[in-house]
Amino acid sequence: MKVLVGVKRVLDPQVKARVKADKSGIDLTNAKMTMNPFCENAVEEAIRLREAGTVEEVVALSIGAAKSEETLRNALALGADRAILVLTEDALEPLAIAKIIKAIVEKENPDLVLVGKQAIDDECNQTGQMVSALLGWPQATFASKLEIVDGTAQVTREVDSGLETINVNMPAVISADLRLNEPRYASLPNVMKAKRKPLEKIDISDLGLDTANRMTTLEVMEPPARASGVMVENVAELVEKLRNEAKVI
Amino acid sequence: MSILVIAEHDNASIVGATLHTVTAAQQIGGDIDLLIAGNGCSVAAQAAAQISGVNRVLLADDISLEGLLAENVANLVVSLAGNYSHVLTAATTFGKNFMPRAAALLDVSQISEISEVISADTFVRPVYAGNAMAKVQSSDRIKLITVRITKFDAAAETGGSATIEAVDAVADSGLSRFVGVSSSESERVELTSAAIVISGGRGMQNGENFHMLESVADKLGAAVGASRAAVDAGFVPNDYQVGQTGKVIAPDLYIAVGISGAIQHLAGMKDSKTIVAINKDSEAPIFQVADYGLVADLFVAVPELDNAL
Repeated sequence: MKVLVGVKRVLDPQVKARVKADKSGIDLTNAKMTMNPFCENAVEEAIRLREAGTVEEVVALSIGAAKSEETLRNALALGADRAILVLTEDALEPLAIAKIIKAIVEKENPDLVLVGKQAIDDECNQTGQMVSALLGWPQATFASKLEIVDGTAQVTREVDSGLETINVNMPAVISADLRLNEPRYASLPNVMKAKRKPLEKIDISDLGLDTANRMTTLEVMEPPARASGVMVENVAELVEKLRNEAKVI
Repeated sequence: MSILVIAEHDNASIVGATLHTVTAAQQIGGDIDLLIAGNGCSVAAQAAAQISGVNRVLLADDISLEGLLAENVANLVVSLAGNYSHVLTAATTFGKNFMPRAAALLDVSQISEISEVISADTFVRPVYAGNAMAKVQSSDRIKLITVRITKFDAAAETGGSATIEAVDAVADSGLSRFVGVSSSESERVELTSAAIVISGGRGMQNGENFHMLESVADKLGAAVGASRAAVDAGFVPNDYQVGQTGKVIAPDLYIAVGISGAIQHLAGMKDSKTIVAINKDSEAPIFQVADYGLVADLFVAVPELDNAL
C-alpha cells in the first residue's frame, strides 16, 4: 500500500499573526514558518502505518513557493520516503489545491491520501473533503483513530457530540485531527539523511489545471480589541463584580 | 435571491446552530428554504417549519441518510443547489464535513466560517486563530458558506409557518458506512448554547478535580468546558474542548480555571461577553483577555467560589 500525505507550510502556531499596515494581508517577512500542526499528525500516521507494515511507501506532497521544500525535507526527516513539490507563488484556495492533489493522485495511484483537517492560517477546513469529492472517493474527516482492516478503513472522528465511527472503502481520503497521534521529532541523523532523499519539483503550469481563485481578499483587518480588564483581590470581590457590575450571575 | 440552509437536527428537534444560520441567511436577504435530511426526521421538519423567517422546509427522509454520511449528504445538496444563489450551513462538525465536498462537486469555492455579512457576495471571516479578519468577495455563481454561529443571533424558534415539501434523497454512495457514535452523557446544558461556561485546563491536574467545576456549574446553570491540554491529558472527553480546533463559543460569562490561554484556546472563547480568569500564574496570557482576573490557587479559589454562590 502507498500513502500520499499533504503538508502545508504555515506561520508557526506560537507566533502571533500581525496584520500588514496596508491591510493587504498578514506580514510574513522573516516570520518563523513551520509545518501546519494538523499535517504533522497526518505525516505521523502515515509513518506509523509503514512501521506497522501496512504501508510500503509514504510520499509527501506540498504545494507552494520554493521554501516549501523545507517543510517537505522535514516530512522526509520524520520518515517519508520521497517528496513532491508543486511550485506556485500564488496563495491558492482549497478548491485549486484539491485539483492539484487529484492530478498527483492520478499520477501516483496511492491507496490512501492523508491530510490535516485544516490549516491554521486560512482555517478553511476544506481540502481533504474536496480531494475526495473530485476523486469520487470516500472521506473520513477529523480522524482521531484509524485502523485498516480487510481493505477498509475504520475511522473514529471527533464530532461536536463526541466520537463517531465510520467505515470507509479504500482508496480514501482521511483528514487528521490533533488527537490522531503524537507527532515525533526528527532526529539529527534523520535530518541529515532527509537531504539525500528524492524530492521532485513540478511547476504548476505543467499540470494544465484551472487553479484561478474564486475569491478576492478585499482587506485583512485587526480583530476588534477587548477593553482591558481588572484584577480582583479575592473570590468575594469577584462574585460582587459579577453580580453588580457585569450582572452576569 | 434564494437561499438554502442545511439544518442540523436530532430527528426530533432542530439544533440551535441552525437558528443562528437562518439569521445569517436573513442578512444576505431572499427567500429561505431549510433542508432537513435524515432517516426518520419528519418530526424535526415540523419543528423547522415553525422557525421564523423560513419560507419552505424541504424534507429528505431516507435510509440512505442514516448517520448523515458526507458522501450522501453532499450529493443531496448538489442535487438541490442549482435552484439557489446561496447554500448555508453552520460551521459545526456536521457542516464542515459535507459542505466542502458539495462545493467541490459544484466546482465552487467554499467560504468558511463567515462572521459578518457585508453584501450578497462579500463576507468577513476570521483567519489565523481570530488574530485577523479577512473581508472576501466571492465570484462563484452559487455561494457555499459555513457560518460561525457565535457571530449571529438565533432566529426565533416559533412564529413561522413554512410549508413542508418532500424531496427525493439520492442513492447511497456505497462508499462509506455509519458504525456508531459515543457521546458523553451529561445532564448539563450544552456547551455551545450555554449562557455561562466554566472551563478547566491543565492546572486541574486530573479528571477527578473537574467535579469542583461541575459543582459550580450546577449552581450557575452553566456548561463545563476544557482546554485542549485538559482533553489531551485525558481529564475530560473531546466534546468538552473549546478552541480553534474544538468548539467556538461566546457565552455571557466564561470562567477559565487553570487555563494559561494559548492563542488556540482564545480563538474559541474570546468573543464571550464577560471573561473571568483564575490562574496562579500572574503572567498567564489568559489575563490579557479577562475582564476579571484572579491570581490564586484554583484548589482554594474554586471551592470558595462554590460556597459564595
